[in-house]
Amino acid sequence: MVQIHNTTEPALQGLAGGPLKESRLAQLWKDIKKSKHYYFMMSPYMIIFFLFTVIPVVVSFGLSFFYFNMLETPRFIGWENYSRLLLGDDVFMIALKNTFLFAVITGPLSYIACFLFAWLINELSPFVRALMTLVFYAPSISGNVFFIWLIVFSGDSYGYLNGFLMKIGVLLEPIQWLQNEKYILAIVIIVQLWLSLGTSFLAFIAGLQTVDQTLFEAGAMDGIRNRWQELWFITLPSMRPQLMFGAVMQITASFAVAEVSIALAGFPSVNYAGHTVVTHLMDYGTLRFEMGYASAIATILFAIMLGTNMMTQKLLRKVGE
Amino acid sequence: MTLYSRVIGALRPQKRLNRSFAVSFMLFGLLLGFGAFMVLPLIYTVNNAFKPLDELFIFPPRFLVRNPTLENFTDLMVIMGNSWVPFTRYIANTLLITLVGTAGHILLASAAAYPLAKFKFPGSSILFKIVVLSLMFSPHVTAIPNYLVMSQLGWINTQAAIIVPSLAFSLGLFLMKQFMEQIPDALIEAAKIDGANEYRVFWQIVMPNVKPAWLTLMILQFPALWGTDGGSFIYSENLKTLHYALSQVIQGGIARAGVGAAVALLLMTVPILLFIISQSSVIQTMATSGMKE
Repeated sequence: MVQIHNTTEPALQGLAGGPLKESRLAQLWKDIKKSKHYYFMMSPYMIIFFLFTVIPVVVSFGLSFFYFNMLETPRFIGWENYSRLLLGDDVFMIALKNTFLFAVITGPLSYIACFLFAWLINELSPFVRALMTLVFYAPSISGNVFFIWLIVFSGDSYGYLNGFLMKIGVLLEPIQWLQNEKYILAIVIIVQLWLSLGTSFLAFIAGLQTVDQTLFEAGAMDGIRNRWQELWFITLPSMRPQLMFGAVMQITASFAVAEVSIALAGFPSVNYAGHTVVTHLMDYGTLRFEMGYASAIATILFAIMLGTNMMTQKLLRKVGE
Repeated sequence: MTLYSRVIGALRPQKRLNRSFAVSFMLFGLLLGFGAFMVLPLIYTVNNAFKPLDELFIFPPRFLVRNPTLENFTDLMVIMGNSWVPFTRYIANTLLITLVGTAGHILLASAAAYPLAKFKFPGSSILFKIVVLSLMFSPHVTAIPNYLVMSQLGWINTQAAIIVPSLAFSLGLFLMKQFMEQIPDALIEAAKIDGANEYRVFWQIVMPNVKPAWLTLMILQFPALWGTDGGSFIYSENLKTLHYALSQVIQGGIARAGVGAAVALLLMTVPILLFIISQSSVIQTMATSGMKE
């Protein structure tokens, strides 16, 4: 850190009353004035960030206590949106159940997959490492082409899965994979997993390359017997900062499943089998224009994401202990 | 090194103690299996784009193309040439959003990251904490107030509605700040002693030193904008994007399957090529991506 603000000038003592408090304020004002260039440099980003990220969160929370349909002026209704959402909305309960199912399955699985594959790739020679990184990372950046899974799970015999199963004689007739509520959830989970090796995967690969190699030799001296002990006592603790970052990325993504479900199962899906909190939010926000109600959904989603992230970070601190 | 020796080298894991061959073998089998699961749908898309019509509707469906043809691409041009909005228009819209959004984001995020990474001033730590907190929820949470803000600003049905919010993508600032912390303080102090002001230090010392992080922000931002369909902000046909055009082609029904695969190939090729070019820089930046406790 460049130290520029430790110029301890004598505090302004001349004024009667509370000189200490006033001098602190004066010092603060001085620091602010001194840093005006920094504020100026940050201002374009921060204005946009506050306008489209921070303020909307606050507004969304406030709006959740109103009835608002974009035409009339908002009307204050207190906790009514929440009580209706949590007590009277059966579809929200389905959405909540689905979202938790997605999160509980895809969250940990994709997190472990990100780490496991990064760890395995890390032992390869540089050329193959680069190639495998590309193989695992490509789906997540391939620009929404997950609709190709539509062809795989297509309901007629031209669908890849149907065609294959019929050819080997498992099926006699094609199955409507995406119209049958028994399969929708599982299919969305598979495709979500396919897409989920993104930023955290790269962070893990990078983190693994920065682990101090001499630690492994030292560990071997100290009696580490196999690669699993090496992993738990050396590798994982060394890359705890990346693990934290990866957890945040994966958790947030796994609670926000919507695009894949809409692209594959339709909107709304058969019997709401692929309905999630986000699609419920879209339903009320962009189709029914019940903005207050949709804001209550958004607030609950926000609370769930934040809460899970905090809990996971606490858990991750125990790694390697 | 020849390709052959590279691949063989890969199968011989790093010389390290405590390795059993059987477990290595199993783990690499696992890696290959899942690697196939990841890459096969992409290979399938590539193949589909070059399949003639009779191969697309063969039963049972065939994975690889046998008589490759460019028919799907020429058909795409014909279909799009007949449509009300020319296809090039969609490409131009997507390019505009992607290029302005990505370049602007790199510039604004760097300018905001530099003071946060290198100096302490009133509000600096709380601002960074808010950015980290915002990593923990998805943009869906803010979708509704965002729409209200956009309509107040009169930005509905303009490309600004897509571009401007993307300029302040919080992951970009986070990664840029973490990366900038590695620049030696001595370098900045030396420049200041030589008489450079803050802006000059930023532009001539800091920016050239964080080029790997530029590429990383690019590879994160580019695919997101390249794949955008305009969301709930753009309704005018003239302003729609490539991804939207793709979904229309697909909705055209089964006869358009080949053309759909051709557009999909166009859509996925660009981000993947970008990643191949920038891979080592991206990994280098990601090494600093950790969150401190």
